[in-house]
Amino acid sequence: MTAVTIIITVLGITVSLTLYRVIFGPTPWDRLIAVNLISSKVVMIMVAAAVFFERRIYLDVALVYAIIGFVSIIAISKFLEGEDTNRK
Amino acid sequence: MIAYLFIFLGLVFIFFGTLGIIRFPDIYTRLQTSSKCDTAGAIALLVGLMLKEGLDSFSLRISIILVFLLLTNPVATHAIARSAAIRGIKPWRKKKKC
Repeated sequence: MTAVTIIITVLGITVSLTLYRVIFGPTPWDRLIAVNLISSKVVMIMVAAAVFFERRIYLDVALVYAIIGFVSIIAISKFLEGEDTNRK
Repeated sequence: MIAYLFIFLGLVFIFFGTLGIIRFPDIYTRLQTSSKCDTAGAIALLVGLMLKEGLDSFSLRISIILVFLLLTNPVATHAIARSAAIRGIKPWRKKKKC
């Protein structure tokens, strides 16, 4: 058991626990919160793999993944907000 | 040694944040623990990885990723909470006995 094995295993276990909220969440916003959290944890897994395996390209992949996750979360939350029917 | 201490602290933050995601009763409380898991866990874990790597261009890129995560995660959390509030989700209250 090296350090990188422990880090990636713990992060993977927490990702699979968060997946419970994606599947059984009562409202769409619960699923959105859980997807946001999974995206952030995948970035952390990629940075840990880049440091311990000495692969420099994984950091660029992690940065692009973070940017795409942020834009998709903003777009989906604006879509769920819908048109304002109460306010004028 | 201190690098592994920071990494362990980050893993503890992330684990308890995930526990809060499963156990808490409402959208807004889940948003609170999710935000803690994003910011505190990411800061501790990535600072630990930077300390393990040392000072070179590799850790500079990790710090760029860390600054990007710190800028974007509160914005995403606020966007989700604003969308839920506009759609009329009420905050959770404890039920009274009688």
